[in-house]
Amino acid sequence: MTFDPIELGSFWMPRQSSTIASEIDFAWYVVYWFDVLMFFGLMIPMFYFIRRFRRRTDNDKVSSVTHSTALEIGWTVIPSILVIALFFVGLRGYLMASVAPANAMEIRTTAEMYMWTFTYPNGTTSVNELVVPKDKPVKLIMSSKDVLHSFYVPEFRVKQDVVPGTYTTLWFEANAKRDTVLLCTEYCGVGHSDMMAKVHVMEQADYNNWLETGRKPGDPILAPDELGKKLFTSRSCNTCHSLDGTRVQGPSFKGLFGKTEKFADGSSAQVDENYIRESLLEPTKKVVEGYPAVMPTYKGLLKENEIDALIAYIKTVK
Amino acid sequence: MAKVATADELGHVPETGGKNYLNQTTGIASWLTTVDHKRIGIMYLITVLVGFTLGGIFALLVRLELLTPGKTIMTAQQYNQAFTLHGAAMVFLFIIPSIPASLGNFILPIMIGAKDVAFPKLNLMSLYVFWIGAAFMLAAILSGGVDTGWTFYVPYASGVSTTSVILATFGVFVMGFSSILTGLNFIVTLHKLRAPGMTFFRMPLVLWALYATSIIQVLATPVLGITLVLLIFERAFHVGIFDPTLGGDPVLFQHFFWFYSHPAVYIMILPGMGVASEILATHSQRRIFGYKAIAFSSVAIALVSFVVWGHHMFVAGQSELSSAIFSFLTFFVAIPSGVKMFNWLGTLWGGSIKLNVPMLYGLGFLFLFAIGGLTGLFLGMVSVDLHLHDTYFVVAHFHYVMMGSTAIAFFGGLYHWWPKMTGRMYSEKLGRLAFALTFIGFNWTFFTQFILGTRGMPRRYYNYLDQFQPLHAFSTVGSWILGTGFLIMGISLLRSLKSGAPAPGDPWKGATLEWTHTASPPITENFEKPIIVTLDAYERPGQETH
Repeated sequence: MTFDPIELGSFWMPRQSSTIASEIDFAWYVVYWFDVLMFFGLMIPMFYFIRRFRRRTDNDKVSSVTHSTALEIGWTVIPSILVIALFFVGLRGYLMASVAPANAMEIRTTAEMYMWTFTYPNGTTSVNELVVPKDKPVKLIMSSKDVLHSFYVPEFRVKQDVVPGTYTTLWFEANAKRDTVLLCTEYCGVGHSDMMAKVHVMEQADYNNWLETGRKPGDPILAPDELGKKLFTSRSCNTCHSLDGTRVQGPSFKGLFGKTEKFADGSSAQVDENYIRESLLEPTKKVVEGYPAVMPTYKGLLKENEIDALIAYIKTVK
Repeated sequence: MAKVATADELGHVPETGGKNYLNQTTGIASWLTTVDHKRIGIMYLITVLVGFTLGGIFALLVRLELLTPGKTIMTAQQYNQAFTLHGAAMVFLFIIPSIPASLGNFILPIMIGAKDVAFPKLNLMSLYVFWIGAAFMLAAILSGGVDTGWTFYVPYASGVSTTSVILATFGVFVMGFSSILTGLNFIVTLHKLRAPGMTFFRMPLVLWALYATSIIQVLATPVLGITLVLLIFERAFHVGIFDPTLGGDPVLFQHFFWFYSHPAVYIMILPGMGVASEILATHSQRRIFGYKAIAFSSVAIALVSFVVWGHHMFVAGQSELSSAIFSFLTFFVAIPSGVKMFNWLGTLWGGSIKLNVPMLYGLGFLFLFAIGGLTGLFLGMVSVDLHLHDTYFVVAHFHYVMMGSTAIAFFGGLYHWWPKMTGRMYSEKLGRLAFALTFIGFNWTFFTQFILGTRGMPRRYYNYLDQFQPLHAFSTVGSWILGTGFLIMGISLLRSLKSGAPAPGDPWKGATLEWTHTASPPITENFEKPIIVTLDAYERPGQETH
């Protein structure tokens, strides 16, 4: 999979693509300028002293001043006040990031070595691809199937570890229509750095349409058999069914449509639209004789138009 | 307030050339059975330098691999092992023992006017224990490496990784005892063996730092030991403690781990701060500014260090309340650190600053620690950490603290005490060149990583988005400059052993006992006659003031 670059919003920061990002960046810049001032406040005197008090003879006179109570109090108390102020600036953004709005849409998120699976409120799932509507708060209910992972979208400024055995949550509201990248930021093994996913932010109507048809705006409109051809590999039909008559786990698709198949229970039937549909949704009902009954059901995983597309495609495999 | 000193206070630095701790006895056996703190310090020094070299080679390999996304010179599995071994070697074989066990062992008894540490045999034993632990680590490397990261997070380390996790963690467990024993030895030595007149408030500040460090070593290391034993039990016998499939809690491991490893960060930095105090006071010929403030800030850092571990876990799944509390407490580390910084600048003010090699490292420490410390504020702010956590920003921050501050202070200390330890002077020219390359290479390598991290580049990544390549390549080039700096440092020190001019007893006009009252190198008993201290720390009789 190829990913769009993280777009920069400034020299330092990625662009702000969520509502929380401006708050996080505000805090970042507060401490940034504080640090810049402190750094030069320390280094300018240091370099000045190095120049001014450079050793000239072996018996230079040195200052006899060894302490100053007023200075000690000053440079203890003033920084204390400043860092407490920094704490509150950080706390404000954290509270905003921690409490999801009550109307947030929940997406169930599962992490495992090395992929992300998202389950949407209507049961649709997507793998390594998170699709969300723009301008709508989204809350992720996350868990891991194996080791620790961490959900991180730089353009959203959100991060949360995904822990096995417990649910962690995270929310964001994307405010820009764009594609960006989701990264795993808790080391999880050999595939850690490839555990990325695409985040598609789209208008509510496009999102609804995607839930319905699996089509994203900008996807070309495919003829049913062309879509079926794509689904044949993207839904992994090809791991068990060949196109050239080779026997794999299941019957080959070559010349399948219209053929009469004999089933394990002794009955037989011609392969037609209804048979293919039934095999996709209830694969163990009519198992072709001589093949193991290992096909999983695609109920809920294929949309109506996708079933039609697969049927159309199988018809073309002669 | 010039003060007239008596002849005895001035000390009379003994001449070199006679018997000393290096030539008193000879042969390998005389070293392996020695109870002399100086020889033990030297053996620790060699050991940690080997550890540093090992960790450094892994570092260069890691940076080379990151020159391009995907495969440059190694596979993902080899990369994961390389960064794990880099981290583990640098933390456990180098930084933690570096200053306390090598330099500290050498100078601590001398600085308080003692003949040795309180328990010389225990001191030797701690070295052997360290070697045994290091042998387990080495065995882990040779038997397939480790790929968990130096943090050994579960359940990856306990249930999934197929590498030599048990050997490595057991090695760390064993080395922990060495750390505890050294800490214990130092605490007792500082309490019981100070020479008459050497009150706590007359001790050189590095001893306050080592004292604070020792307290952390004794109190925190057992927690790491227990944690690693639990991890080994879970991995070997499937006792469910951390792994949720066995009924455990992975976040619990992180609490245990950081309860030690956060204080351990101060085991690493406090001695560096102490060494910096010595270097700055000695080479500016000045009594240190704000002695008590620096001393107490060491203790304050040690105490605060025990209650901030949760800032490693802002996004780990601990409660929001915990994160808020840990963030608040974390900011209080900044105060004593800032106080030290201000007082070091006060020490430079009105001094007579000589820009020799140790002083360059000392000033380099101030520069790099300023950046390392200030960038910690970003990560302490819990909202900002949401974005920066586990990115290269964190990598850059802790390298500025661990390497830019502690390692630079350590090597500055090495140059500072080298004449005392070896009786040889080194080439100023080579030393300056080494410093310049190290300083430039370090900033080149790691400042770049602040930019990488802020832009969203996660750490521990073998492969990365193409857009990060220019910065990664830039950082990698910096690592070569840095490596060259260390190579030249090694050459300058090794050359001095062979052809360096004999060191005078006090090449720096120092004010602490190792300069004023011992030869270079010192005799086995350190002092020819018992020491009575009548001067405050860094007080230079005869020094003219205005």
